[in-house]
Amino acid sequence: MSLLEAVRSALSAIGANALRSALTMLGIIIGVAAVIAMVAIGSGARERVTSQIKSLGANLAIIQSGNVTQGGVRLGAGASSTLTDEDSRAILKEVEDVVAAAPVIVTRAQAIFAGSNWSTQITATDLDFFTAREWSIGEGRLFEPEELRRGEIVAVIGQTVARNLFGDTDPIDQQFRIRNVPFKVIGVMAPKGQSALGQDQDDVIFVPLDTGRRRIVGRNYARDASVQTIMVKFASEEAINPGIEQIRALLRQRHRLGDEQDDDFAVRNLTEIANTATQAATTLSWLLAAVAGVSLLVGGIGIMNIMLVSVTERTREIGLRLAVGARQRDILAQFLIEATTLATIGGAVGIALGVAAALSIASIAGWPSVVSVDTILIAVGVSGMIGVFFGFYPARQAARLDPIEALRRE
Amino acid sequence: MEAAIPVIETRDLSRVYDLDSGRVTALDRVSLAIEPGELVAVMGPSGSGKSTFMNLIGCLDRPTGGHCRIDGVAVETLDGDGLAAIRNRKLGFVFQQFNLLPRVDACDNVALPMVYAGIDGRTRRMRALAALARVGLAERAHHRPVQLSGGQQQRVAIARALVNAPRLLLADEPTGALDSRTALEILGLFQELNRDGVTVVLVTHDAEVARHARRVIRFRDGRLLSDTRQEAADARAALAALDKPAPAPATAGVAA
Repeated sequence: MSLLEAVRSALSAIGANALRSALTMLGIIIGVAAVIAMVAIGSGARERVTSQIKSLGANLAIIQSGNVTQGGVRLGAGASSTLTDEDSRAILKEVEDVVAAAPVIVTRAQAIFAGSNWSTQITATDLDFFTAREWSIGEGRLFEPEELRRGEIVAVIGQTVARNLFGDTDPIDQQFRIRNVPFKVIGVMAPKGQSALGQDQDDVIFVPLDTGRRRIVGRNYARDASVQTIMVKFASEEAINPGIEQIRALLRQRHRLGDEQDDDFAVRNLTEIANTATQAATTLSWLLAAVAGVSLLVGGIGIMNIMLVSVTERTREIGLRLAVGARQRDILAQFLIEATTLATIGGAVGIALGVAAALSIASIAGWPSVVSVDTILIAVGVSGMIGVFFGFYPARQAARLDPIEALRRE
Repeated sequence: MEAAIPVIETRDLSRVYDLDSGRVTALDRVSLAIEPGELVAVMGPSGSGKSTFMNLIGCLDRPTGGHCRIDGVAVETLDGDGLAAIRNRKLGFVFQQFNLLPRVDACDNVALPMVYAGIDGRTRRMRALAALARVGLAERAHHRPVQLSGGQQQRVAIARALVNAPRLLLADEPTGALDSRTALEILGLFQELNRDGVTVVLVTHDAEVARHARRVIRFRDGRLLSDTRQEAADARAALAALDKPAPAPATAGVAA
């Protein structure tokens, strides 16, 4: 009997008990659909985390000033401005494998343009910042070194600011005010999207470090050339941890800290944090897949159950087939093909439902939809294998029937 | 014509069951031969060993002692696949309960043994239709079993048994589920097939059925009791007598 004929005969056997077969398939349908949807959701979440990490920039560490102790009270990171431009330059010059070191001062301020205003984050920094964040200019240009050195009143704005402050007006060369200081827009950054914490990274105005320090932030920073944070980019992931140790030693030396004194700064490895987030997302997707896998397993057991019932019901048929010359392996194959056909049809329907579910969940959650061909192929393979695996025991029961007993059975 | 190989040849054929309640000898050293072209009735009450004998020569069971040759092949040397091949090529079974597959039509039912003989679909259909024509059911080829009468179902079963041109037709109480008139028709069909050269073994407890065989083998308590030859009653003639409106004797089938 050719495989095609075997499948056709299996289909007729499945069709003979249409309702029962449909209910049995339902288990597999739900299982396969759940696997596809859950895997899609899991990898969608992971994809999102990964893209957020990519948007942050690879191999980053952030040094925060502060963590000073005043009269026994530890004030925590950022409480005092202990880092300076000089620290940043020293790190770039002396620490191995440092690609960029950007001093950063961040504040919030209201920006005003013609009839509209917008509260946003003002980031005062230098060109290394854009290298570190792997962030390129969209329109216009970045700061000239001369503009940075002289502290000129120019700004590069993010997409969100461009949209909210300028609307339909082309922002390049327009003047707007921050704290009554008139800034000229020289560039608009390329869009960056959400950060890993859900922050809109495009809601930002960049100004030269000195400009920000003197014109926006105020005296405190201006007096001692201090900065809030220094963003450091390393050449490779492996270079980060040794690099951080070198930075710590360098800064302790520069800040003249004695052995018994705590660091007056804190270093955070952003890549490590990012990796933890990726790992969490990966764990989540495995968890989801495992839960879905359990439902697939239950579906498989349903198939085994119904195949056992079918073998019992068709004992006489099996006896007859043996009597007219079927070998044990013919009977085994017949019931295996039947179970596999059942599982595969269920799998196909499950794939359709699962893809539909994955796509609609992705569109609701605003995630990239990641229904890969791989997942579908695996689902087809797995449901077929479930048919073979859970069909094998009933099929073997059938094949091992004694023809005399089987023919006598009512 | 030189002596043909017997279809069935047994020597000291025995079957012992090891049950919890002890050993039961279902068949005790039976030696006999059935030649090509014979029409044999195997008789005996239940528990006599006739069913065991039929299962052994039908290759559905294995002997625990003695030898059995079917068309010259020693079956005790064969494995499961070998026995399946003998059942497929050399034997045709007819059962009391017909045992047709309910989901498929008469034609596909008849074609079933050819499926396991590895014959292609076209040939199967052709030969199945020919076999159905031979039992007089050509026009019912595409009816399902439920659409056929008992006698027609048994004819389909006989066509199925014949379709691989077996050396032996083995019928187990083939008329047990039929009324007496239909039973006569079926017996007439067996006689007709036998005249055409098919070797037939009828296993029955019914003396009325056995009257239509030329040779009667009787079993009792697992042993061969007797092996006699007789003048067979003609089922066709009995049917003709039944159909005659004249006041015929109630005992049908005496006409010879």
